[in-house]
Amino acid sequence: MSEGNDPQGKFMSAEEAVRRFVKDGDLVTIGGFTVSRNPMALAREIIRQGRRDLHLAVHSHGQAMDLLVGAGCVRRIEVAYGGTGRFAPTCIRFRRAAQSGELEVEDYSNFQMGLRFLAGALNLPFMPCRSGLESDLLAKWGFSPELRQREGKLARHKAVVTENPFGDTGERVVLLPALTPDVALIHAQYVGDDGTVRIKGLTFLDLEQARAASRVIVSCEEIVPAAYLRQDPDQNSLPHFLIDAVVRAPYGAHPTACHYFYDYDPRHLNMYRREAGEDESFRGYLKRWVFDAPDQESYLAQVGTSDLIRIRANSQAGYAPGLDRR
Amino acid sequence: MPPAYTNKEMMALAAGRLVDNGDILFAGTGLSMLAATVAKRIHAPAATVFFETGGIDPALAELPLAVADPRVMSGSCLNSGLLDAFSLLAHRRLRTISFLGAAQIDAYGNINTTCLGDYHRPRVRFPGSGGACDAMSQAFAVILFMQHDKQRFVEKLDYLTSPGWLSGGDSREKAGFQRGGPRAVVTNLGVMKFDETTRRMYLHQLYPGVSAQEVADNTGFEMDLTRASQAEPPSEAELKALREDVDPQRLILGPAAE
Repeated sequence: MSEGNDPQGKFMSAEEAVRRFVKDGDLVTIGGFTVSRNPMALAREIIRQGRRDLHLAVHSHGQAMDLLVGAGCVRRIEVAYGGTGRFAPTCIRFRRAAQSGELEVEDYSNFQMGLRFLAGALNLPFMPCRSGLESDLLAKWGFSPELRQREGKLARHKAVVTENPFGDTGERVVLLPALTPDVALIHAQYVGDDGTVRIKGLTFLDLEQARAASRVIVSCEEIVPAAYLRQDPDQNSLPHFLIDAVVRAPYGAHPTACHYFYDYDPRHLNMYRREAGEDESFRGYLKRWVFDAPDQESYLAQVGTSDLIRIRANSQAGYAPGLDRR
Repeated sequence: MPPAYTNKEMMALAAGRLVDNGDILFAGTGLSMLAATVAKRIHAPAATVFFETGGIDPALAELPLAVADPRVMSGSCLNSGLLDAFSLLAHRRLRTISFLGAAQIDAYGNINTTCLGDYHRPRVRFPGSGGACDAMSQAFAVILFMQHDKQRFVEKLDYLTSPGWLSGGDSREKAGFQRGGPRAVVTNLGVMKFDETTRRMYLHQLYPGVSAQEVADNTGFEMDLTRASQAEPPSEAELKALREDVDPQRLILGPAAE
């Protein structure tokens, strides 16, 4: 990326993007889902820069969330699910932090989180749904009324049950407060040199999360000419003017998958599960994979060529057929 | 000599048999992935599978290990996102069947996937709702997977993550749900269903070699055992499809039978 092609100065290193756009105490949302397209390069940079007291708002989250929680960057979390499928049915550091009480947790469902991001994106105060009537998702609040009073980023109520005002049958609906994160972290396959984002495969809630956030950082596998993305605009996901920072990070979602580029890395995820189990071995993991690998290039050198080739996606399937996933 | 098989194989097949040709299946991870895939391979080729992440009708040439596995994005009729998937789940015209697992279940099929102990300082934290509460709230029907023991089949849940038949009778309808509710619970001992009127769980089928007393001994609440029949053991064709086609690496099936 030459300076001449970047008049708005959007293209930068992960170090600069996190330094400029992620602050202590921010309400942060991260894109992807469990084992896919987690913005791992950005998460590792947040840990290296020692961000503290972050408030995460996520739906079903896995590796990036667990790493940020384990590294002590997160004070509270609004979450629907913490797990990476068969590799860690419940995220390991998340579980420990929730059980020890050091992480304040408030639970919602995936659809509820989706609607909350959508409300934020549409600049609406709330959205209705039917999910969770009579459940503890509504009855049990993770954050106390006092904290909600004190903390400007929290809605006064977790959720409100009311009657449909358009009918006369007393139909009950759940109202969910909007989420407007300070910053969204997204990993995409392609970003144009104007900042246009193209996500391949499933978009999960990335689009709603990015539109709801005040600032958006996108890391990507490839930066391509905007003209190339404009040849097929139906395929594009987010407009360039929503994006504040673009970070080129090949394999930036590793050890999670990035459709058409690479599969999840079963060996790394199994190793992570073992090392995350104890505080000391987890510190060793952070040292080796985060602190001693200060940028994406040195991280990938640490992963090694043979593992990167092993998980490389087949261009027809989009994943690595026959990959040993035990 | 009938073929040997494992509990997990029996569970995947018992759940798969509850799928009708033409059903729209909302699949989760683990056994539900096997049940949906094996049903499609054997008796319900026109059943369609979709995932809460937005992967609609994927080829499933390989078994996905998570609902965000890139294998749910490959050869699909459409790749979208969560809000699209939930609009199909809740669609009034579609008979969507959801598969879910849980840490705890009560006699009315309400489930807990959140925690044991106090919510604010849990003894054991589980992953949380994910899309489970949404499926239990809005799908046409739900099939649940459980390990059958007293710690999991409980009188009272530590946390009610996802609403089943609530307190039974017409309580689900009164709460505001327009449809849905759990249809069956598939365990390592047999298949439970819910009474049409009281909505309380009863024993519907026992697997070969399992006694009703075993079910009672492993259930933490009163369950009607009088309506139980015997489940058919797995056929050669079912086991062949499951082992050779659906999960050849035994990623979810685990160790083979002796």
